[in-house]
Amino acid sequence: MTWGAIRQHPSLYIGLIAAAAFALLGLISLWWTPYPIEQIAIARRFHGPMAEHWLGTDHLGRDMLSLVMSGTLTSFVVAALGVLIGVGLGVPMGLAAVAWGGALEWLVLRLSDLTFAFPAIVVAILIAALAGPGETNAIIAIGVFNIPVFARVARGGALAVATQDFVAAARLAGLGNWAIAVRHLLPNIMSLLIVQGTIQLSLGILAEAGLSYIGLGTQPPATSLGLMLRDAQSLFLIHPWLSVVPGLTIVFVVIALNIAGDGLRDAMDPRLRREGLAHGAG
Amino acid sequence: MALVELADLTIAFGGRPAVSGLSLRIERGDRFGIIGESGSGKSLTALAIAGLLPETATVSGEVQFDGVPLPADERALARMRGKRIGMVFQEPMTALNPLMRIGEQIEEAIALAELSEAAQTLLPGLLGEVGLEPGHAARFPHQLSGGQRQRAMIAMALVSQPELMIADEPTSALDVITQRTVLDLITEICTRRHMTLLFISHDIRAVAALCSRVGVMRAGKLVEQGDTEAVLGAPKADYTRRLLAASRMDRQAALIKPHDRPLLAVKNLSRVYQQAGFWFWRNPPLRAVDEVSFEIGAGECVALVGPSGCGKTTLARMIVGLDSASEGHMVLDGSPYRGRDLPPLLRAGLSLVFQDPFSSFDPRMSMGDSLAEPLHLLGRLSGEEQAARLREAVEAVGLETGMLKRYPHEFSGGQRQRLAIARALVTRPRLVVLDEPVSALDVSLRGEVLHLLSRLRAEHGLSYLIISHDLDMVAAMADRVLVMEKGRIVEEGTPEHLFAAPQHRLTRALMAARLPDVA
Repeated sequence: MTWGAIRQHPSLYIGLIAAAAFALLGLISLWWTPYPIEQIAIARRFHGPMAEHWLGTDHLGRDMLSLVMSGTLTSFVVAALGVLIGVGLGVPMGLAAVAWGGALEWLVLRLSDLTFAFPAIVVAILIAALAGPGETNAIIAIGVFNIPVFARVARGGALAVATQDFVAAARLAGLGNWAIAVRHLLPNIMSLLIVQGTIQLSLGILAEAGLSYIGLGTQPPATSLGLMLRDAQSLFLIHPWLSVVPGLTIVFVVIALNIAGDGLRDAMDPRLRREGLAHGAG
Repeated sequence: MALVELADLTIAFGGRPAVSGLSLRIERGDRFGIIGESGSGKSLTALAIAGLLPETATVSGEVQFDGVPLPADERALARMRGKRIGMVFQEPMTALNPLMRIGEQIEEAIALAELSEAAQTLLPGLLGEVGLEPGHAARFPHQLSGGQRQRAMIAMALVSQPELMIADEPTSALDVITQRTVLDLITEICTRRHMTLLFISHDIRAVAALCSRVGVMRAGKLVEQGDTEAVLGAPKADYTRRLLAASRMDRQAALIKPHDRPLLAVKNLSRVYQQAGFWFWRNPPLRAVDEVSFEIGAGECVALVGPSGCGKTTLARMIVGLDSASEGHMVLDGSPYRGRDLPPLLRAGLSLVFQDPFSSFDPRMSMGDSLAEPLHLLGRLSGEEQAARLREAVEAVGLETGMLKRYPHEFSGGQRQRLAIARALVTRPRLVVLDEPVSALDVSLRGEVLHLLSRLRAEHGLSYLIISHDLDMVAAMADRVLVMEKGRIVEEGTPEHLFAAPQHRLTRALMAARLPDVA
């Protein structure tokens, strides 16, 4: 991965910049938003876009731009923590399955089958029933859903790496299973994991919006893009703008992340890299 | 008029020329061979003749087939390829569709040649011509051996009665015996059909045995061409002379006298694999290694020879401790072990050099880190001692310590194999197992690596176990040869005796398959 590779893949360039712009917008909301998002001013409600409120105001007179900024941050944080849980637990599971094999591999595969059988929504409902709704609830639900995804990706990549001679050489050098997994398998599947991470991040943002929309995720007065959609839902026919803004934001963020993920895969996959020269070998 | 004529052909990728200023003529009925190392542009030249270059290539110069330039139109080009040019590739497993029966694939080629109405009569004839049974038509590619797959590929190439057959390293994925039969088959077919052949190989002896004219390529340029006898008998170019010298393997003089005391003793060793199946429909267990016993003396070089699939690699994996024996055991320096239970300090006394120098290093790790890895076996070493060990090993193989900071992709195949040998030496082992140490290297590099190995053996008093199917290499290196077939050792002796008077059927077949030496 070099800057040259980025220039060769314009989609990566566009995707990364767009995603980074949204993430930056969210980050800024930590310190500054045009208006505080808790500030309710019923007198100013249902304004369209205007000079003071670039994206207008909602049914409580709150500034839409401030809400979108804060909501984007929530979406990113929830999705990113979900990915982190998935990577933190799933990748070691997948690597262990390859390094030890046998019964452990069977166990990892059956566990991930079992988790796959429960969609994130069902897990979220379960957690909400036990601990009440909230952001943490959404993070855990998305994280649990990510674990088997990363376990499978890590196992698939590591299986291909494990057949190479250098893994046998490491075994001859007296390295144990864990050392082989960390020193040789993990660095060689890193690009796979980064690409999968980007894609899971976009799926996580969708999932967070879904969970907040059905009321299991973020709770007011905090806000998220899903929650904004839920608030605007009953007013859709009268004030469609209130749904269009958060809806389009979700769409753009997800598209940006997907483009970046595709670009990363193209730039990092050695089979696609230097395609022309590969034919000339021999 | 020449069948193929290339005039000033240049092929470049992103501004870098892979083939430059190549001109050559192949007359009708010629058997033309192109010799060159990997990366010399010989395959690209063949692809250019068939109009199959990747789209990223920029081409200048002229390619004429039968006096007419290649058609620019893709459909016309495809029609010409299908009717007049047949191609055979290096790896038949990837060139055949794994989900189609052999017969169907040949029939598909017949349909594409617009001869469908004659398919029923053509198919048996073609199978017979390439030496396959009619029954093979109903099989899938994975049910055939490597040689049979290559025969099927040749049958497909013959369907349209092509005027030109392009064979790109058709035998380098095959073992010696199969290689010889496939080469003989190609010769026979070309003679019978008066077909023109373009044969591409890095093996100078295969080209010499097959071709009437040769061209020698290096770094995208044709350095020499002419009649086989003239070029190989009296080479004009320096490079051709070097290639010829490298293809002859001189006996590496044994500078040390082996001791009689065995360093490694293998006693009734077997490795049994349970096969798939259920209850008593289960196939009998496969004995990959079957009651093998032998000894290797300190300082001795023993070669294990046999066709692919005879169990020699399985045996090597057990000896170095990557796999455990099902029955029997080994004794290294007085301590018995069964395979994986080899204790670390004993493990340091053994090492393995892999066949493929490209996959034996972690691409994400610097060479220094890779080479230092086996030092774990010796317990904790100080930083200085570790650096000293690395320097000693790297200098022993004729490279510099400055190279250790680099990553594997920055090295050529020959350098990597040297570094793989350095890694094997870093723990100062007494026995090194070499699994086909030179078969993945170009012929021009083999001599160097073998010379290095025999020098290291003399300097460090190493014992070698060489695993190979290349009898010439074995004859040059080994003190003693073991011939293995279907998991058993069937013959044993010094190379002089064994190759002068082979007793076993397999040894005779291996001897017969040797390609004749080049003038």
